[in-house]
Amino acid sequence: MPGKLKAKIVAGRHLPVMDRASDLTDAFVEVKFGNTTFKTDVCHKSLNPQWNSEWFKFEVDDEDLQDEPLQITVLDHDTYSANDAIGKVYIDIDPLLCTEAASVISGWFPIYDTIHGIRGEINVLVKVELFNDLNRFRQSSCGVKFFCTTSIPRCYRAAMVHGFVEELVVNEDPEYQWIDRIRTPRASNEARQRLISLMSGELQRKIGLKVLEMGGNAVVGYLQCFDLEGESGLVVRAIGTACTLDKVSSGSAPNTNTHVHPNTAPASNACNSPSKDGKESPLAHGCRSTHNSPVHSVCSSQRLSQNFSVSVPTLIFTGMGSGGSAGKEAGPLKTLLRQHTQTALEQRGASSSGLLLNAREFPFFTLTSFPPGFLVHVGGVVSARSVKLLDRIHNPALGNTRSYKLLDWNSVTADEPETRDAWWEEIRQEIKSHAKALGCHAVVGYSESTSICEEVCILSASGTAAILNPRYMREGCLDIGSTDHRFEDPSPPSCGFCHIPYDELNMPFPAQLTYCYHCRRQKVPDVLFTTIDLPSEAAVTGKGCLIQARLCRLKKKAQGEVNATAISNLLPFMEYELHTQLMNKLKLRNMNALFGLHIQISVGENMLLGLASATGVYLTALPAPGGIQIAGKTPGDLSNEHHILTIQKRINDTIAKNKELYQINPPELTEEGLGSPIPEPRQRSRLFRSHSESSDELSELDLSHGKKDAFVLEIDDTDAVEDIHSLLTDAPPPTGFYSCNTEIMPGIYNWTSGIQMFTSVRVFRLSNANLTNQGLNKIFTDLCENLLKSFYFKLRSMIPCCLCHLNFTVAVPEEELIQVAVTAVAMTFDKDQAQEKPAEKPINKGSSENEEQLQFPLELCADVSSANTQPSSKVSGVPESTNVSSRVSSLERCSPLPEGRSRSLRSSRSFGGSSVTVVKMTPLSFLPGIRIIKYLGIINMFFIRETTSLREEGGVSGFLHSFIAEVFAMVRAHVAALGGNAVVSYSMKECVLMENPNKNQAQCLINVSGDAVICVRETDQEPTASMTNIGQTCCSANDGAT
Amino acid sequence: MAVELDVFVGNTTIMDEEVYQLWLDGYTVNDAVKVRMEGGVLDECEASADVLLSDTMDQYRTFQMCERLLHSPAKLANQCSNDFPLLCLSLFRYYAFDDAFVREVLGKKLSKGTKKDLDDISAKTGVTLKSCRRQFDNFKRVFKVVEELKGPLVENIRQHFLLSDKLARDYAAIVFFTNNRFETGKRKLQYLTFQDFAFCAGQLINNWTVGAVDNMVEDMDVDLDKEFLQELKELKILITDKDLLDQHKSLVCTALRGKTKAFNEMEANFKNLSRGLVNIAAKLTNTKDVRDFFIDLVEKFIEPCRSDRWTAADMKLYLTHYTNSAHILDTFKHQVVWDRYMGVIKSCIFKMYHD
Repeated sequence: MPGKLKAKIVAGRHLPVMDRASDLTDAFVEVKFGNTTFKTDVCHKSLNPQWNSEWFKFEVDDEDLQDEPLQITVLDHDTYSANDAIGKVYIDIDPLLCTEAASVISGWFPIYDTIHGIRGEINVLVKVELFNDLNRFRQSSCGVKFFCTTSIPRCYRAAMVHGFVEELVVNEDPEYQWIDRIRTPRASNEARQRLISLMSGELQRKIGLKVLEMGGNAVVGYLQCFDLEGESGLVVRAIGTACTLDKVSSGSAPNTNTHVHPNTAPASNACNSPSKDGKESPLAHGCRSTHNSPVHSVCSSQRLSQNFSVSVPTLIFTGMGSGGSAGKEAGPLKTLLRQHTQTALEQRGASSSGLLLNAREFPFFTLTSFPPGFLVHVGGVVSARSVKLLDRIHNPALGNTRSYKLLDWNSVTADEPETRDAWWEEIRQEIKSHAKALGCHAVVGYSESTSICEEVCILSASGTAAILNPRYMREGCLDIGSTDHRFEDPSPPSCGFCHIPYDELNMPFPAQLTYCYHCRRQKVPDVLFTTIDLPSEAAVTGKGCLIQARLCRLKKKAQGEVNATAISNLLPFMEYELHTQLMNKLKLRNMNALFGLHIQISVGENMLLGLASATGVYLTALPAPGGIQIAGKTPGDLSNEHHILTIQKRINDTIAKNKELYQINPPELTEEGLGSPIPEPRQRSRLFRSHSESSDELSELDLSHGKKDAFVLEIDDTDAVEDIHSLLTDAPPPTGFYSCNTEIMPGIYNWTSGIQMFTSVRVFRLSNANLTNQGLNKIFTDLCENLLKSFYFKLRSMIPCCLCHLNFTVAVPEEELIQVAVTAVAMTFDKDQAQEKPAEKPINKGSSENEEQLQFPLELCADVSSANTQPSSKVSGVPESTNVSSRVSSLERCSPLPEGRSRSLRSSRSFGGSSVTVVKMTPLSFLPGIRIIKYLGIINMFFIRETTSLREEGGVSGFLHSFIAEVFAMVRAHVAALGGNAVVSYSMKECVLMENPNKNQAQCLINVSGDAVICVRETDQEPTASMTNIGQTCCSANDGAT
Repeated sequence: MAVELDVFVGNTTIMDEEVYQLWLDGYTVNDAVKVRMEGGVLDECEASADVLLSDTMDQYRTFQMCERLLHSPAKLANQCSNDFPLLCLSLFRYYAFDDAFVREVLGKKLSKGTKKDLDDISAKTGVTLKSCRRQFDNFKRVFKVVEELKGPLVENIRQHFLLSDKLARDYAAIVFFTNNRFETGKRKLQYLTFQDFAFCAGQLINNWTVGAVDNMVEDMDVDLDKEFLQELKELKILITDKDLLDQHKSLVCTALRGKTKAFNEMEANFKNLSRGLVNIAAKLTNTKDVRDFFIDLVEKFIEPCRSDRWTAADMKLYLTHYTNSAHILDTFKHQVVWDRYMGVIKSCIFKMYHD
């Protein structure tokens, strides 16, 4: 009997009127946990009942504590007929099982009914008494902390990263059971909500067990998803990264990077990073190129594939890269097609258990940002997709009239999880082998997703192949071996991750390599695609921006295997085009790297939708991208030639405009303006060395010179013209706005406290039955563009601001519908200082530390000559540098501003107390200007809402609007009840809307998750805050200096 | 091809004040879009008409959803909402009303019948029908809620609807007028503004209602004090007793002589005017006459004075002495009632005596 759960029902308020005659309600409450139910007294004739019940005690296994939610039902007592339900509250008591998280749940919970929405509130107190259980064979995993955050949570330190954990559970979907025909929609919805709650609990417990087995105490980057497979069932699956986390008591360890505020990260990382290889100071990261190399823009370092043809993507990029043409080359595609015909679809999946591997064998990490030094090299994006038929054979229970046993799903569908497991197993294997091919031993920023239409299911997984520092890893976690030698040659933190992990002589695909523009010592690719966030230590030129590739492909309606084959035939073409689009748009913005790349392919009955989103940046370490050159295939045609010229001009203009817009001033441009006070001989010797080193590179360059000067687009047919047009239609965000899909915007470092999280959903009905692919593409592109425009317009009062973590989800809910759902956060920043990156390491530190640090800039300056990335960091050589730092300190002394400001902040602090009603929400892992002091546990909620009076509720828009608002309110209430005042890493995983306007009906399912936290405003005692201030003052000081 | 669904939900609601006002004023979405386009909002943010339409629809929907909360604002404070400050702001605007409109319905029964006449009122006042309906429903809602409550009227309104003091007082006046069905629509009363009436209502509430003597009864501030009204009948002696009337007149005239240019008219009209005021008092036991209170005041007192071209100062002088002189009458025993009556009459007439 390892646990005692206690619940007390205190009061209700604003209950709905249940008795029309008296306009009042006779309410009572049922409290249920597992199979035990308690009831309160009936509180007669009141809309604000005071029950003040006794403590209801449930004595239960901790296993049940983890799986089951506490279920509270508010009912209206009726003497003569059946009692009417008012609504329910499900309380996940998992946060109480962890000693470090919440100790009591107490607060007002909205009473939720799946038909009527929120109907009043109920005040509940919940406590748990846990007894220590020393049973080694226990099935529970109490105490393992879960975080949705995809980085090491602030206020924790990663002692050890154990690796990938995954689990899935399967059950029949109550909506598809025979009993559903006779029960009310409410009963059916509640059965589903409860089942999913149970399954989530079980899943979390099982993952927790795996973590304990691995010796960890937490799961970071926990990603849980539902697959509503219709008749073949309901899958709840989750992946995460097992870690051992140590709590960092706030303030005591100011130099721990794990809780450093990201907007100061670039600065503070630089000073705190324990880089033993710290020969290079970020101060001098602007490398001067000794040769004016032409720009090579060719291959991206990616691999992607369908599960049936691994070689496909390589072919694609051959075509795109070395050919220097993005035109639709027949060669590789033919190969592709041939391979498809050869590929048998693996619909049955390999259910042999031989594939079951230990989780350790997948060196995958769901994290997207890392402690400094963790990430050594990044190879590129690896992805795999596979088309499966949801087969009923694996679920013989269906079709039989077997009664539904809620708690017994394990036995009902005993063999099911294995099938699904095997499917994912295959995909993961493939990802792993792709990573290997890229010379990497790990995959970071890993995620998995599905898209289901009828019986066809596309499973996708993607991540970024990388080499990690084994220091953080448990032994045996990574298969290092052959790659070991690389650690002996450590790279500077600001460019090291860009260096190629694979063997130059034995490249997995053709790519143009150059010496790193930062350190000049190792090779970098010309373009880098990743699924992770921009490492905080990375050197970036200018600002980043959201880049999206959008694509629609029509497909014939079909059934079964024919359908699956059709889809799998389309997939590689889609991936190819999405990548071409991404690459073109990247070039158009004069950028050379993508972060946070997320490609979603969604399947509908008659079309496939592809949406790739990423944040483009100009990595200083990578070569400048070339322009885009348009070429016609029929040179004789004069009008055509003219046409091409105009397009070329437009493209060139756009590139120029974008350079200005995103403030991309690559080092080459600023080179001349800088005087170098560096001692001559030293410089010369270093230069010489770098020359000699790059001799082979130069010869390599010569080979390619001329023909790959720019990225060539061929206009050979109308398709290509369309493509180019679509390329140019993307409007830049209006002045004062920036947007990105990563956590923070590269190039903006001084966030102010204004935040606005929002969710927006749009559904578009295609009325024209005979649409072409082009027509569809245009509609889809416009839909996305208009959505963005709407956001800019709505949020115009927040200017200057940045839309961060723009997360688009597309779906084809019905034949002619396209649904786009977006969750993002708008954050304000200080415009005046946004132009400059906070000054770097030596300046931040006191001048005493400067002595030691300054040796490196000296050496580096010689190494690199005087060209610096940023005009602001034109600090080369000792004299100037010391100058600046002294100026800074004086500035600090004479300006009372930062101090005064933080003091006023502190006095107005209203956070922390339980009286706070405002609960902030953000999809990011942090809140600007606010310090997270405690994680209270994971919020993972699933709601169903249904209506039979759609018109009366304001149509689908009104229905969904109020539902989303209700979901927000419930999330906030649950967080507040845990004692929290914010939700970080919030995300809406699922938003499934089904409507039938003719019947005046609609149904919607929403799944949200996040981390409940307590946070306080940063005070001036907080090291990061003061650092920000110094950083900013530094900037202005530098400005003054230059 | 059409956007079938389009929603934008923020963790805190974003409210455009301009759109909110357009919504309150009863503009349709399309009209509101037109107004906004003319306002030039598009130019400042590089947006298209589609964006504006989407935004306007979204805002309208938000307001409609908030409207429910605004109807019972007391719940607002408890709701787990991030929008409390915003809702408080919007509340104020929601419960604001047009003086022109309220002047039309003041004292009328807030019934379906009146609601049907709203389109006429809308045409007459230039306030859109939608806005008229909202204002009308607001009056009705406030009326219904406070009807059953104990305690001071203004305070109740303020607490239940979270309104400002000023607005709560105005609503109290409306409730008071509605409850007693004061006639305000006659042509002779047209020159009076809502604020004139609101002031008078305040006076009546503070001095003539049950609440003026006992503050724990239901409807204390809404119903006039019946006992008081009964006692007012006793004042009749001032006009029925010939001696008393003459004595009162001479006292007043002595006090006024030489102090005003209108002295002759005052002297000549004294008996008429005094009869008028005392008769109003004596008749207030009849509900019908209560309704005509203001029209009687105008007909019996204000109009004669105005035709004699009294100035406001004359009026003040006259009424002060008229009231005070009654105290010196040794046979007049109803000083307390007299003061309670004349105090209100005096301030009401002061307020109402203008063009």
